Amino acid sequence: MIEVQDLTKSYGSVTAVDHVSFTVNKGEILGFLGPNGAGKTTTMRILTGYMPATSGTARVAGFDVFRESMEVRRRIGYLPENPPLYPDMTVETYLDFVARIKNVPAERRPARIDDALRKTNLEDRRSELIKRLSRGYKQRVGIAQALVHDPDVIILDEPTVGLDPKQIIEVRNLIKGLAGNHTIILSTHILPEVSMTCDRVVIINKGKIAAVDTPQNLTSQLKGGQKIHIETEAPEKLLRDVLSEIPGASRVVIEPARAGSRQTVTVEAAQGNDIRSQVAAKIVEHGWPLYELHGVSLSLEDIFLELTTDDAAHAQSSS
Amino acid sequence: MTAFFFNVILSEVIKQSFQMEMQGMRFGAPSDFDVPAAVMRNFFGILSTLVLFFTPILTMSVYAEERKRGTMELLMTSPVSELEIVLGKYLASLSLFALMLLPTASYMIFMCLRSDPRPPWSMLAAGYAGVLLLGGSLLALGSFVSSLTENQLIAAVITFAASLFIWVLDIGRSTDSGGGTVLQYLSVIRHYEDFTRGVIDTSNLIYYASFIVLFVFLTVRSVDSMRWRRA
Repeated sequence: MIEVQDLTKSYGSVTAVDHVSFTVNKGEILGFLGPNGAGKTTTMRILTGYMPATSGTARVAGFDVFRESMEVRRRIGYLPENPPLYPDMTVETYLDFVARIKNVPAERRPARIDDALRKTNLEDRRSELIKRLSRGYKQRVGIAQALVHDPDVIILDEPTVGLDPKQIIEVRNLIKGLAGNHTIILSTHILPEVSMTCDRVVIINKGKIAAVDTPQNLTSQLKGGQKIHIETEAPEKLLRDVLSEIPGASRVVIEPARAGSRQTVTVEAAQGNDIRSQVAAKIVEHGWPLYELHGVSLSLEDIFLELTTDDAAHAQSSS
Repeated sequence: MTAFFFNVILSEVIKQSFQMEMQGMRFGAPSDFDVPAAVMRNFFGILSTLVLFFTPILTMSVYAEERKRGTMELLMTSPVSELEIVLGKYLASLSLFALMLLPTASYMIFMCLRSDPRPPWSMLAAGYAGVLLLGGSLLALGSFVSSLTENQLIAAVITFAASLFIWVLDIGRSTDSGGGTVLQYLSVIRHYEDFTRGVIDTSNLIYYASFIVLFVFLTVRSVDSMRWRRA
């Protein structure tokens, strides 16, 4: 449904999107994950035809987003970062206006508006002025606006920003409910959102794609891996040597702790090895005090951080 | 909304100025004076000055506010072309402008009905055609300026300054040199005077039409270029 090939966008000397390629299949939900300023919004703006790419191609439903922009725009519902609302309109007149400029025929408009209002739970606010609505409701009007013409492709730029936890769940369920009939791209910097709603994730950082996979695969890649936090008191060099010798231990980081001469140590272990007992045994063997020892499994957050922290750290962590 | 309030204030001002004008004419002028024509000329003169002041306010938000709110992104990702957006907005501001003029017409119609001998209706129609063309030109200019900035106030001030500038090009009238004539021709107000006398001259029509087309075209280009600028 969406094919992106070598998409690049530079603003002067700054490259916001750098040779990005990915595809989205029909009915799929693709999550766009990355820190702020990673190029998520720029990529989405290119896909919606709002701005042209510097190089590379993007096709939506087989139409080039630049050369056949009108065909693409007919098929896309788009919620920008800031919902594009007219504060002096009521919710209903606003949706009617959007339906008009999206070429929804007059006889289908009332039904489409009702449908969008129902899906976003805005039925009781339909005749209220948009400027009187709270942030969360405005966001929902923005989502309703993206749905009103029943587009094939829905692009949502941070759809859950400004919503309270209950509304976030509602929006996630709404997005999940839309999949199948619609192809959806959503961007976020909130990780649980991706693992909960998306079929596939594109992790983007500094304009480059860091990873493309299903959330399950991304987590399981590193979830088996283990991280152990220890607090102890020992000569640093000896401690490092001892811990590194443990079979399965891949990386040892030693930092001085807040209190006295103690150190906090992080030991990373490869997948499938539980080295906690061995670590404890080694420390006790050398007669060092062991104040704390606990295991942490790598979450999507860690993967995300690992993939998006700067290159030096990245090289170090993947070695 | 602000434009609507302006409408109310404007019609009030026009009513007062018009009544004063009429009283002055009635008491000061001898009976063989062509009162309706004089009133009309003065009325349209005042109206043109008001047009200069409130067209910038009418157009200041047309694109500037749209950009600031982010709704430009909605329009530009919808299946409507830049030309459609620009023409739609231009016609909207023009019809609002025409609507604001409507109450003033009632005074003129009333005056024409009560005066003896009755002035030809074509005179009145020519006057309003002139106001519409003059206003339409300044609205086109104002829309273009508004599309260049995100700040309404800047848009209004620049539009006013630009309007005033092409207004006072008329000063060239006093000198009779070649350059003066060219400048005179470029002035928006010079082409307006014929209309207030009830004369519709094709050269004036062509002037206003090309003025409007030029700025509508420039606005289309400007809106189009927004895609290439960093938002």
